[in-house]
Amino acid sequence: MSTTKFLFSGFGGQGILFVGKLMAYKGLTEDKQVSWLPSYGPEMRGGTASCSVIVSDTPVGSPIVSNPDVLVAMNLPSLDRFESAVVPGGVIFADSSLIARDIERTDVRLVKIPATQMASDNGTPTLANMILLGKILKELGQFDVEKVEAALKKVISAKRADMLEVNLKAMQLGADYEA
Amino acid sequence: MADKVLMKGNEAIAEAAIRAGCRHYFGYPITPQTEIAAYMAKRMPKIGGVFLQAESEIAAINMVYGVAAAGLRVMTSSSSPGISLKSEGLSYLAGADLPSLVVNVQRGGPGLGGIQPSQSDYFQATKGGGHGDFRMIVLAPSSVQEMAELTVKGFALADTYRMTAMILADGTMGQMMEPVALDDLPVTPMPEKPWAVTGTGMKRPHNVVNSLFLSPEKLEETNFERYDRYRVIEEKETMYEEYRMEDAEICIAAFGIAARVSKNAIDEARAMGIKVGMIRPITLWPFPKAPFRRAAEQVKEVISVELSMGQMIEDVRLATECRVPVTLCNRVGGMIPSPEQVLDAILKAAKNGGKEA
Repeated sequence: MSTTKFLFSGFGGQGILFVGKLMAYKGLTEDKQVSWLPSYGPEMRGGTASCSVIVSDTPVGSPIVSNPDVLVAMNLPSLDRFESAVVPGGVIFADSSLIARDIERTDVRLVKIPATQMASDNGTPTLANMILLGKILKELGQFDVEKVEAALKKVISAKRADMLEVNLKAMQLGADYEA
Repeated sequence: MADKVLMKGNEAIAEAAIRAGCRHYFGYPITPQTEIAAYMAKRMPKIGGVFLQAESEIAAINMVYGVAAAGLRVMTSSSSPGISLKSEGLSYLAGADLPSLVVNVQRGGPGLGGIQPSQSDYFQATKGGGHGDFRMIVLAPSSVQEMAELTVKGFALADTYRMTAMILADGTMGQMMEPVALDDLPVTPMPEKPWAVTGTGMKRPHNVVNSLFLSPEKLEETNFERYDRYRVIEEKETMYEEYRMEDAEICIAAFGIAARVSKNAIDEARAMGIKVGMIRPITLWPFPKAPFRRAAEQVKEVISVELSMGQMIEDVRLATECRVPVTLCNRVGGMIPSPEQVLDAILKAAKNGGKEA
């Protein structure tokens, strides 16, 4: 029995809501209970977007994640805002291309990956989110290509099947990254 | 197990409405429910239905009146300030005994308020939908699955009792995604509507749909008849869920998102050995009085957890006949009580032993 609470946060346009949705779908394909809740409001345009995702073996109560087990910060304002909220023993994933600083907390683990730079080098500048997600799943011991592909198929429509391969490659890139 | 998809609550309402046979949607955009209109705009033209973005909320509710009078399943949706605009139409629908489904995905108020979640339209939905003596059946979903199920149920209830059924959700329920199974929704076929204005074909007298009765005797009669129907609804259609109430000494009263938050707090308190449970009204009108009456004999305090300044708490006090203290745990203006805040309220109740602080 376990429950993992994720908080994904970044600039609007970085695909934060999408990776959150993919994480939820991955849980769903594994018969877990899941919820996904976006922040919504005027701050979304050009500002910070975030979403709460819960993946659990038991029914999800509140879908609001105030204290995440896993924080995914794709920009500095997200790290500044949510670093203190992570539960002790939790993990923070940070896109080190955009976040220069380390964390101040000593009771949580920081995983840095230059996802935006890697995405750019890979010729897929819009897929930093997927590179990051690959790394997250790898670190959590959940990078199972078949399951990831099953979840991706739920999120990417059949008409854009060509995107499946590209996204999978980006995730693999993230999963293989070692600092 | 039916195949589950991830859907926003707003989308689940729209898809469920279509599956319930609704082919007419009229609305005007407003956050946080616009996904309903967007979904309808995409789907209705493909299935021979009508999506119409009206010039205003008032126009939309009057279009609902027109289609309802013609005997078809019809809906509109809005959020708090938009529902206020529709209240004239809601009263006319009641006066003409027309079935309709109206969705309110609540946001903070009063006035233009904000766009974050709220439950502060409880009074408006359950007691004051418009002028005159009338009720709406008010359904309060607490999950995306229930957003779909209660939409289907709402159309059936509206048809059965010839009145408006309202889905009273909030911004969180509308915006969140959860797995939802749509294949087994309890869709009921639409009943015969011999009163509908569909053309006489020169074979029967004219049907008249109207809410104007200048004779007070006649108007009184329509009111009495309507309230006879309401009594049947109170007897037959009340819905609620009890959670861990068997041996509870403290009872939480909460619906919608507040019930979700409360569940976390209850589980935590139970782990600490505190006997606490919850009664979650699913119909806000008719209000589930019976379980609260029972709870009044069993618990030492009821805590009403609400995203309002305390609206449902009045119905809880009426139902418990003030035999136990009923206290309020709330946030407003778009804020949501945290599980910790609810847990604090539970701990306080456990310590005070039912004596109001």
